[in-house]
Amino acid sequence: MAISRQRKNVLLFSIIIVFTVIVVRLFYIQIISKYYRINAENNALKYETLYPARGLILDRNGEILVSNKITYDIMVTPVEVTPFDTLEFCSIFGIDTSFVKSKFREYRKYRSRIGFQTLPFIKQVSGEHYNIFIEKQYKFPGFSGTPRTIRTYPYNAGGNLYGYISEVDASYIKNNPGYKQGDYAGRTGMEMAYEEQLRGEKGYNIYLRDAHNRIKERYEEGEYDKVAVAGKDVTSTIDAILQAYGEELMQNKVGSLVAIEPSTGEILTMVSSPGLEASKLAEINKYYQEIVTDPYKPMFNRAVMSPQPPGSVFKLVNGLIGLQEGVITPSSAYSCHGAYTVGNLRVGCHGHPSPLDFRHSIMMSCNTYYCYVFRAILDNPKYESIRDSFTKWKEYVESFGFGVKLNTDIPSEQAGTMPTAEWYDRLHGKNRWRSLSIISLAIGQGEIGSTPLHLANLAATIANRGWYYIPHLQKDMPDNPIDSRFTERHYTMVDTTWFEYAAEGMYLAVNGGPGATGRLASVPGLDICGKTGTAQNPHGNDHSVFICFAPKDDPKIAVAAYIENAGFGSTWACPISALLVEKYLNGEISEGRKWLETNMMNGYLLDRVNVRRR
Amino acid sequence: MLVLFGWINIYSSLYQEGASIFDFSMEYGKQIIWIGSSVVLALLILFALPPKIYIGFAWWLYALMAVLLVAVIFIGANIKGSHSWLQIGSMRVQPAEFSKITTSLALAHLMSSKFDFSFKNKSDALKAFLVLLLPMLTIILERETGTALVYLGYLLMFYREGMSGWILILGLSVIGIFIMTLIFSPYISILIVVGLVTVLASLVARKKWVMAVIVPIVVLLGFIPSLISGTASAEKPTTEIVSVEIDAEDSVEESTSITDFEQVSSKNENPRAVALKKFFSKFPVEIWLVFLLAPFILGFLIHSLVKRQTILRNAMLSMILGICLVFSVDFVFDKVLKDHQRGRIEVLLGMKEDPMGDGYNVHQSMIAIGSGGFFGKGFLRGTQTRFDFVPEQTTDFIFCTIGEEWGFAGSLAVLAVFLVLLIRLINSAEKQRDRFIRIYGYCVASILLMHILINVGMTIGLMPVIGIPLPFVSYGGSSLWGFTILLFIYVRLDLERWR
Repeated sequence: MAISRQRKNVLLFSIIIVFTVIVVRLFYIQIISKYYRINAENNALKYETLYPARGLILDRNGEILVSNKITYDIMVTPVEVTPFDTLEFCSIFGIDTSFVKSKFREYRKYRSRIGFQTLPFIKQVSGEHYNIFIEKQYKFPGFSGTPRTIRTYPYNAGGNLYGYISEVDASYIKNNPGYKQGDYAGRTGMEMAYEEQLRGEKGYNIYLRDAHNRIKERYEEGEYDKVAVAGKDVTSTIDAILQAYGEELMQNKVGSLVAIEPSTGEILTMVSSPGLEASKLAEINKYYQEIVTDPYKPMFNRAVMSPQPPGSVFKLVNGLIGLQEGVITPSSAYSCHGAYTVGNLRVGCHGHPSPLDFRHSIMMSCNTYYCYVFRAILDNPKYESIRDSFTKWKEYVESFGFGVKLNTDIPSEQAGTMPTAEWYDRLHGKNRWRSLSIISLAIGQGEIGSTPLHLANLAATIANRGWYYIPHLQKDMPDNPIDSRFTERHYTMVDTTWFEYAAEGMYLAVNGGPGATGRLASVPGLDICGKTGTAQNPHGNDHSVFICFAPKDDPKIAVAAYIENAGFGSTWACPISALLVEKYLNGEISEGRKWLETNMMNGYLLDRVNVRRR
Repeated sequence: MLVLFGWINIYSSLYQEGASIFDFSMEYGKQIIWIGSSVVLALLILFALPPKIYIGFAWWLYALMAVLLVAVIFIGANIKGSHSWLQIGSMRVQPAEFSKITTSLALAHLMSSKFDFSFKNKSDALKAFLVLLLPMLTIILERETGTALVYLGYLLMFYREGMSGWILILGLSVIGIFIMTLIFSPYISILIVVGLVTVLASLVARKKWVMAVIVPIVVLLGFIPSLISGTASAEKPTTEIVSVEIDAEDSVEESTSITDFEQVSSKNENPRAVALKKFFSKFPVEIWLVFLLAPFILGFLIHSLVKRQTILRNAMLSMILGICLVFSVDFVFDKVLKDHQRGRIEVLLGMKEDPMGDGYNVHQSMIAIGSGGFFGKGFLRGTQTRFDFVPEQTTDFIFCTIGEEWGFAGSLAVLAVFLVLLIRLINSAEKQRDRFIRIYGYCVASILLMHILINVGMTIGLMPVIGIPLPFVSYGGSSLWGFTILLFIYVRLDLERWR
């Protein structure tokens, strides 16, 4: 009896051990391990993405620049597809049967990877096609339609500014968590810069599905579903009418036209010509080949991406530095006899009265004057070497924004070019260069390259008499404030008091009567102040450059025009800028200047540009 | 016994809960009928049928069942590859479920009818094993290997009734060797067998010095293959070791072709090493090990036979048996087992990951249970079981539903109920004055234990997938009736105690 009792206990003991093992195992997989819980969710929950409407882009007056239009993506779940009438399917969408065949060949090839997934089949189907499809959908199991919004552009203007949106690719998804295949994102321009505000938040409906991927019901009756949040509207600083007018003025010319409101740094107009037509942006893929093969590079936003010598416009900067450094005074005068000549070096000038003081040197754009000024700055005995004085000069120039990125909200912005002392050391040998070696910088030629935006910013800085806000495209709105970097004044290293002389010089350049270089910009009552430039370049005809602001006191607009290979600044850039100013300030062009408007709009300068060099 | 009756009620309600998840399907309705009929059956057994008939008819029922079991092989409906179902009208019955009852009765009768029945008496033991093996083999022929495995549970009852514990240990070690050989290499398994037998024998013989000598030698031998091949470890298959050696040989030949002074000294050694390696690679390492061990084992065996040292003899015999087993593992695994059985074992032992194929059931079942957490997702809220991710979730994988919807707490409660039932059964059986009732009680407990162990074990990845139901909980008329009858016959018999 004792042994059987013992055996009974052995049995009981083994039973308890078996149960303990089971309980420990249960404890592990149910309480400790997370692996099974996550897998269960992946198994049973199916997320249906709800795409938010992308935010609109408005102009400064609330006009819609970019809005949305509904199209449909035809989706397919390959595992649910049964043989269907391919011909009928293709006729609905007007596609080729080979397209369908190749798609399904692909699905078969990757079937293990695709599994139960739903994939886009045809993108951006119009409402009409979609309605036919819906009626016949029952014939095509596995296919469904998802509404998608695409962009539409009421004003056919500003294409280079808005940029385009396109479906994200693998590398984009890798670098930007939160995006999934099938999402769209802004890839250039404002669409890219303000992607976060415009995109909104994706939502989802959670469904429960069974092992065969059939949707069974809403998960928890939709308690955890998320509604899509529409993107925020972004108000741009662009004036739609002015932008369209600017593009009209710039048609058939290669170059840029930039207008800034000096008191805020808001970009009113930014034209890059030839530019991207806004209407093509929505279906960029369709036109992509055409766009990239266009010799005039419409995608290239010249206003911020094309560094060119600023030409005589840059004399303003050198003059202001000279005043600040004390090497000249407003009344300093230098005489000019048609050229600046030292030894066998000769910088030519044009015929004008002599000698000239600071203001009149701006008015008449005297090369000789600025050669003197520039040499005086660099050969200033207070600096030990040319290196020191040049570095100081460079600091001054950079404080105007030249040679650096202004840090705008335009993604493609370039810094331009700015030589350094080291660069000249390498070019000429250490301490083997003098002020004369780099004399071209005196008149904005040579190694310096600035974008049209830099020039517009210079105009705004002088309009403000010494400071600027970083130019930007987003307008400050109470519900969508702009980044703080756009509300911070940037002072140059030149005292604000000296700017008044530069402004007066610019006033004279337009309204000073005989000898003034920018007479064509003179509009009665607008007090336009301007400076012409004619930038020599190795590629062909001179570039026509003009910057201006108006009115002289309390400026409302600052403009820079840069027209490539168009010749003198006074003949193209100057009148175009003035017309833009007049349009903005008066709302229309006076009868007396209509002829000029017509001339400018009809000017065809594309053939002056040697496109092969690009 | 009223308490026990109360547990049964809980079971009933539990399996309603389990089944009512499938509210929309037909199975729920059917199960209600089965429950109702089971209650009628239970009442019938409790109050209508006299207990004497079980003893009287034990053999008749056993014989009838044997006929049915054999018949079903030929006339049974083929369902999922098994021929174990008997089609009667629209109902399908699985005789194998009921054969547990008749086998239990027959065994109880056999072992209690003779006053001096003992496992020490060879003819008695033989009879008992025959009674057990007959239904087991027929069921295997019906391709219901899982159900047949349950019959191994009777060994527990045999053990209680005086069968030598060595048989259980032997059975366990066979399983152990099987698993070891699959996970490690045959070489290691042989060494472990030799080592373990030595340890056991020396403990039994009270000669600890034997252990102290042999064990270090065995451990040392374990490292030899890795020493020979340098990089390849003993766990790796021998073919790989061979290939490594061939590589080494190639490089040796290359280096000898270079006439470098420094290499001259090593040149003299290398050909010998190469020859040695070539010699060793003629056979796999485990064969060499057998060559090495054979003289010792055989020598000791002859020595023990001559000197009549039983312990030494037994030790040597079990070593030989163990080594034979090791070599038969590959054969059994590759040739005897069916593909799906092999796959399930491989998945269980972690030899392959196959969540979409052989491992699908277990993987999904563990996901379902694991996702339950502590309190579960709540009644009717299980996503995995409801949406068919777990296959057979009403029958064999019913425990998933409990685990997912009621969580750790619910699973624990169910297990606790089963545990209490088992303990009560054993305790009450132990108190019986009538040997028949006691043996029958142990039969019931053993069968239930095997079912719970295998069923729950497989859903949580502790056991290979074996399709047997969880008693009282799984859907299925045969199984429910079977267990009801099985248990309530015991309850009825137990009542005799109070009369």
